[in-house]
Order: sequence, then C-alpha cells, then structure tokens
Amino acid sequence: MSTLTPAAPQSTPAGPTALNTGQRRRGKTRMDPTRNNTAAGIAAWLLALLFATPVLWMILTSFHSETDAATNPPSVAANLTLDAYKEFFGESSGVSPWPPLINSATASILSTVLVLVLAIPAAYALSIKPVKKWTDVMFFFLSTKMMPVVAAILPLYLFAKTTGALDNIWFLILMYTSMNLPIAVWMMRSFLAEVPEEMLEAAQIDGAGLLLTLRKIVAPVAMPGIAATALICFIFSWNELLLARVLTGVVAGTAPVFLTGFVSSQGLFLAKVCAAAVVISLPVLFAGFAAQDKLVQGLSLGAVK
Amino acid sequence: MTTAPARTAARPGHSTIKPSRNARSRERALAWARRAPLLPALIFLIIVTQLPFVVTLIISFMNWNSLRPDQTGFAGFSNYIEVLTNADLRQAIFTTILLTVSVVFASLLIGLGLALLLDKKFIGRGLARTLLIAPFLVVPVAAALIWKHALLNPTYGLINGVLTWVWSLFGSDAPPQPDLLSQAPLMAVIASLVWQWTPFMMLILLAGLQSRPMDTIEAAQMDGATPWIIFRHLTLPHLRQYLELGGLLGAIYIVQNFDAVFTLTSGGLGTANLPYAIYQTFYFANEYGLASAAGVVVVIGTIIVATFALRTVFSLFKKEAAR
Repeated sequence: MSTLTPAAPQSTPAGPTALNTGQRRRGKTRMDPTRNNTAAGIAAWLLALLFATPVLWMILTSFHSETDAATNPPSVAANLTLDAYKEFFGESSGVSPWPPLINSATASILSTVLVLVLAIPAAYALSIKPVKKWTDVMFFFLSTKMMPVVAAILPLYLFAKTTGALDNIWFLILMYTSMNLPIAVWMMRSFLAEVPEEMLEAAQIDGAGLLLTLRKIVAPVAMPGIAATALICFIFSWNELLLARVLTGVVAGTAPVFLTGFVSSQGLFLAKVCAAAVVISLPVLFAGFAAQDKLVQGLSLGAVK
Repeated sequence: MTTAPARTAARPGHSTIKPSRNARSRERALAWARRAPLLPALIFLIIVTQLPFVVTLIISFMNWNSLRPDQTGFAGFSNYIEVLTNADLRQAIFTTILLTVSVVFASLLIGLGLALLLDKKFIGRGLARTLLIAPFLVVPVAAALIWKHALLNPTYGLINGVLTWVWSLFGSDAPPQPDLLSQAPLMAVIASLVWQWTPFMMLILLAGLQSRPMDTIEAAQMDGATPWIIFRHLTLPHLRQYLELGGLLGAIYIVQNFDAVFTLTSGGLGTANLPYAIYQTFYFANEYGLASAAGVVVVIGTIIVATFALRTVFSLFKKEAAR
C-alpha cells in the first residue's frame, strides 16, 4: 500500500498460502488496467495541494516579516526572514519557549517508555503465550480508551490538588501513560502476532530459552512494530491539551498549553504564531512520517494492515 | 494472527490426564506465569482510569460546589436533571452530536474520494499521499491557531486574501470579505476538524481498497461491468467494514474533541461541545457535581457508540484471527 516507503521486509508469512495470495494480489494491483490515470492524477494532485495549503502557508508565513504576513491580498513572494523564529525563541520578548518544549519532550518520551514497558509484556501474554480469555482482556483495554477524558478528569484534578501533584510533570506522565496504554497494547499485540509460530516451535524444540527466543525470533519481527507504536504514542502525548491544561501550570506546562497562551492581542503577531506552530509541530511531523509505513495499522489498532 | 487461538487449543495435554494434586498446583503456577506479564498493565489501567470514573459517578450524585463547601451533600438525580434541562448543557449535547456526525460524515466522504484517486497510479503519487497526510500531523492546537489567524482572520486571513486577489483579477475592488469565524463559528470548527481527520479516513480506506480481491474485479471487467457497477457492487461492499471502522474510531476521538473548540472559538457562539462545557463547569464555575453528571452523560453516549465500534473492530479482528 505504501508507495513512498517501499513496505520493506513485510514479513508476514502466516503460512505459505497466505504469502502466495498476498503476492498475487499485490502483483495484480499493479497490472490493474485503469484508463483515467491522468485525470485521476490531476484531480489527486489538486486536492493534495488544497489539503496541504494551510500547512504550506503556515510554513511560508513563518518565514515572512510581520508586515508581509498580514497583507490582503497575501504577499506570497515577500522576502524571507528568520525574524519570527528569533522572536519566538525569546530574543526580544523575553518569554522562552524552551521550558514548555522540554516539558513536552519529557512527558512524551518518558510516558512512551513507560507505555512500552507495560505494553510489551502485556501484548506477549495476549499473543505469543496467550492467557485464557485473552480476547476479553483485549476488549477491556479498548473499552478504557473509549471513556472520554472529561469523565475522569475531575477526580484526577482533585487528587492532584490534595496530594500536591498539581503542576508536576510526573503526574502528567502517568496520565499520558494510561491514555496511550490501551492503544499500545492493541498495536503491539497485532505486531507480535506476526511472529511465525513455526519459528517459535522450532526454537522450543531446539531448547532455546525465553530470553534467546525473545532476542533472536520475536525482536526482529516485532521491532518495526515497537518503533511505530512508540512513535504514535509519542505523537498522542505531544498533541494532548486538555489534561495538560487542567493538571499543569507555570512549572510543568507543555508546548500546546504554551501555544494557547502565546497569542497576544497587541500588534502584529501572525508570523510569530506560524513560527511557533511550525516549531511545535516539527516533532510530530517527523514522527508521523517516520511511522508512515505502519501508521494505518497502528491507528486502526491493528485491525487494518 | 492465526496462531494465537490455535496455540491455546493445542495444549489440552494437562486436562486429559487425571491431575494429581502436584500437577494441579503446577498447572496453576503455569497459568499465573502466563498471566504475570499482563498484570502490571492491567492493574495500572484499572487504578488510573476505572477508579477516577467511579469517583466521578459518586460526585455526580452530590451537591458539590467548591465555592460553597458548606452546602456539600447528597443530591440524588438533581444534577442529571440539571444537565438535561440547563439550556447551555442541552445546547452542548446538541453541538456535540452535530459536530461529531458532520465531521465524521464529511471526512469519510472526502477521504473515500481521495482514497479512490490515490488507488490509481499516477506520477508523484507518493508525494501527493505525503502532502495529504500532512494535516493529520500538525499539532491540533497549532492547526486550530493557524485556521483562526492565518486562514479565517477577516482582515488578513488567506481565505479573504484569495477572495481579494480573485476579485481584483476581474477588476473589482469590492471583494466579499466575510468574517467566517463569527458568522459561521460552528462551520469553521467543523471545517478545521474535517481537514484534520480526512487523512485518517483516507489512510484506512486506502488500505481497504488495496486489500480488494482483484481477481473478482478483473472477472467483472471481462464481463463488461462498468466502473460504476464495479464500485457499487464490489468495491463498496468490500469497503463497508473499513468505512465503519474509520467512522467509529473517528467518532470516538471527535466526541472528545477539546482543542479545536477551545482554540478557535473558546466555546462561544454555540460551539461549546460537552468536553468544553464540562471543563468550564468544573474549572471555572466549580460545579463539581454538575460537571460529573455531564461527564457520566458523555460516557453513556460513548458507550452507545462504542458498542457498535467494538462490534466492528471485533468482526475485523475475528476475520483476521481466522485467516
């Protein structure tokens, strides 16, 4: 499916027949005789550009001066400058975006690590050596994700307030861990289930221990999946606003919270807002494109390959 | 996929032999060894998500405003009655439904169109696909800010800027300059969310299209079926469960949307959805009981949607497990 990243070693040999049909199917898609390709191509490109316009416009404006950014009609060909970025990084305003960016990075990375530490063993117990009623457990995990954050946020807020965990990055990290854990368990299970059973059996017959089996057989197949899961959890944590807004303040505030408070009503600020939006979106754009290959499988909780 | 259920079934060895006490305790130890890796995640999730919800449920039956602590007490169903009769909260329920349904429907429809186009081969398809994913990979708050200030601003936003430019091409110096954010605030929120969620739908539907059995389609082509017939009778039925999956997963996320409403309109002009209204109710009005009752109402609504979502996910899941 991915044309950009040639779905490299999509090793899903769930038996020889499955492999064959997979190849045949893919081969026939390529031969699919479609006549309207030029028209479809032009339409697709026009729509792609239309969809990307806000993003491209945001990037272009961030390199304009404030006066060029706020013209009507728009000054597309205005001179490029780094002024907005310089100002965003506090060279004139004195408000540094670094603490919120560091908080966001801390919260996203540490919660992702915690999620993996909890999700990988859980996924193992749901796929490779499944517990009884493993499907029920899977659906319990999923059902917790369906509970809106707003339905639990007040007790969490009150708990944080009484225990002094308010505006503490560690509390936010725990919240993000619970937010992403169900998704991660589902994703990881779907990736671990791709480990061919014959190989596991062969390892068992050869007397390979648990650690050796994990390292030599499970890890090579599951690694791309673990990476994709980590990237998607990172994106969700980095993007999160409501919990951060309620549970953090000046000390532990994250980048999205900083961004909402960034817009000043005084004077021209559009280029600066665009620069801020670009800087804060960059990690997500990188993570997203890095995970592009497995993005669908991850976002659909492993239901779609 | 195929392996997991088979593996459990393939170990009946223990049950056929009459277990001695020793063997039985060994078996129990084995079962716990299997469960052990699962427990940390399970226990953590129960503590962090289920416990707070139980507390929410309790608070929802209480009269509790932190500004009037002396009046705290049992309230019965009065908070729920308030949720359903209070004009603002009722409006929020309506807005939530309208917002979710229209965003899911529009992004599914556009996503389907884009997926059908991207399913064809053309020059630069990979790059076009990357450009189309980009909206999904902008931080939601940043996206909402860009929509508010760079696109929809009435004086220097891109939309009005383009209108000025197009009108000037025809020699007119009186282009329409609508203030969309105050004239059609809910439409603006919907548009920005459709823009962000269409790529998500497109990706799922594209994966669905590319898993079509091509031999059936080719056979239909040989028999002279028109593209419309093929789409209507082969492609669409195949896509059905992908449409359902995309729609239901999208609905679960969009029901909970807070960022766009908060940033674009601050919940003004009838755009406050339930998450925003609940945030307002407990964070600014300090009406803890009322906010909790509204939260429970959201959960009930989500459970209704989720029942369908779970069924869809489960059918795909089972199909895959059987493959």
